[in-house]
Amino acid sequence: MNPANAPARRNALAAPLSRVLVYLLLIVIAIVALLPLYVMIVTAFKSMEEIRSGTLLSLPRAFGFEHWWKAWNSACTGLRCEGLKVGFVNSFLITVPSVVLAIAAGAVTGYALSFWRVRFANVLFTVMLIGGFFPYQVLIYPLVRITSTVGLFNSLAGVIFVHVVFALPVVTLLFRNYFASIPIDLFKAARVDGAGYWRFFFSILLPMSVPMIAVAGILQVTFIWNDYIVGLVFGGINYAPMTVQLNNIVHSTYGEREYNVEMAATLLTSIIPLLVYFTSGRWFVRGVASGAVKG
Amino acid sequence: MFVRSPSSSRLQATLTLVPVAFVVLSVYVGGVLWAAGISFTRSSMLPNYRFAGLTQYINLFANARWQVSLGNMVLFASIFIPVTLLIGYSMAAMINRGVRGENALRTIYLYPFAMSFIVTGLVWRWLLDPNFGIADVARKLGFENASFDWIVNADMAIFTIIIAAVWHSAGLVMVVLLAGLRGVDDDLWKAIRIEGIPAWKAHLYIIVPSIGTSIATALVLMSLTVVRLFDVVVAMTGGGPGIATDVPAKFIIDHMFERQQVGLASAAATTLLLLVLAVAVPLLILKNHRKGGAR
Repeated sequence: MNPANAPARRNALAAPLSRVLVYLLLIVIAIVALLPLYVMIVTAFKSMEEIRSGTLLSLPRAFGFEHWWKAWNSACTGLRCEGLKVGFVNSFLITVPSVVLAIAAGAVTGYALSFWRVRFANVLFTVMLIGGFFPYQVLIYPLVRITSTVGLFNSLAGVIFVHVVFALPVVTLLFRNYFASIPIDLFKAARVDGAGYWRFFFSILLPMSVPMIAVAGILQVTFIWNDYIVGLVFGGINYAPMTVQLNNIVHSTYGEREYNVEMAATLLTSIIPLLVYFTSGRWFVRGVASGAVKG
Repeated sequence: MFVRSPSSSRLQATLTLVPVAFVVLSVYVGGVLWAAGISFTRSSMLPNYRFAGLTQYINLFANARWQVSLGNMVLFASIFIPVTLLIGYSMAAMINRGVRGENALRTIYLYPFAMSFIVTGLVWRWLLDPNFGIADVARKLGFENASFDWIVNADMAIFTIIIAAVWHSAGLVMVVLLAGLRGVDDDLWKAIRIEGIPAWKAHLYIIVPSIGTSIATALVLMSLTVVRLFDVVVAMTGGGPGIATDVPAKFIIDHMFERQQVGLASAAATTLLLLVLAVAVPLLILKNHRKGGAR
């Protein structure tokens, strides 16, 4: 947060030359990091004629929005040609309830695991920790059987259920670790004052957890919006999320490929996570740093 | 119904955990055991319970496509992990020296991680397009014989996927390692400076071992990327040319849903899970051990 102070002192003796080199390297890396985003944006505005005659890096001569409109409204995803807007709505319908449910379940589970000595709680927690490492492919077939047994396969509720199951270990871990940092005395005082199980959770713990809810929410919105495999397997045709539609648009075009429409579609699919990221970057970093400290 | 006493609240804690425990145990334990069980049967289109011994595993390891998939995963891991770690560490070490615009740089470096792997794959497919991509830029700059056809070259295509994955993950590794570097004691830096130890030696022999927990975290995150590798392959090459860039996760999904060889796919999934556990469990133990020792 304050780069100027402590670390700078360490290197007061560092040669100015190496300093220039460091900045140079950092800038080169930044350019490489930004290159794909830049290319996506300029390609999406160019006409096909311009894409062929110009280069990947050249700026568009005119800003054409018709490819954006086509990507959104009429590009073909397999048999249907209704554009990405269908996927956008689906991704929205999938992401919002999945994130809300995952956070609610994770917060309550984290609470029960951190403040209460429940028998076998450690077993449950260990299973969740290890489960968080399972490759999705191992769980997908059992989940297909489970969801089709209860009639949720190829339904919105089914996709949401699978997302919540996959998110549960990480979210629980985030909340459990966060609650573990809250002084136990607060809990004891509330107990002495007669606060019951839910009362303590809703009136004391939850208001304190707003930052953690934000962090977990931002991370999960990004992860679930970006998911491909769960949407592909469990969404069927009717609930295919934006990522699945995007991949279909790019890979099912017959005849001439329209690179500008493809790149416009790719950008449209990334807009929500990019917006979330650029408006809440610091929370995102915090979430990555704390979520990363698994185990 | 209950008298408000410690034991009734504890009962409530247990009761809230019951549904979570039910879902977690039935999916993460029951599901996995069931899938492992299926791998010992003759299941093809639908699961059946005719015992087949190790037939599926024998067929699996005789399967050329599985051999290619597994080989690709190993090759991918052996390049992706060290390269990303090296780049991420260098970025973190440079930023840790205290540079202007640290927040802006960090935001730029981490944004690829907020993009989906489908988007990542599609953008890099466009960037590395032999006709219109970076090769075309080089040609139009005057290098008329420049060509870069890795993405359509069966021997080289896997390396294009590594490039895209490194781009996606380097910022994440940087954030994790920077958090570790920020925790290094100032006195250690002072001692290094007073002793006049060359920078590379100091990093390799002193700093890296002292941020073991962060390195382990980064390794865990990268290993997860390796075993889950699926979306980016689907988007970038579709596993091709031919089966040149196939990976285990794609092998499993294809055999489960398109080729309807559930038994073979389950054998592959179980093998993958065992591999994951063989890597993840020691890393987790190492991490917790270090944590316990340090604090």
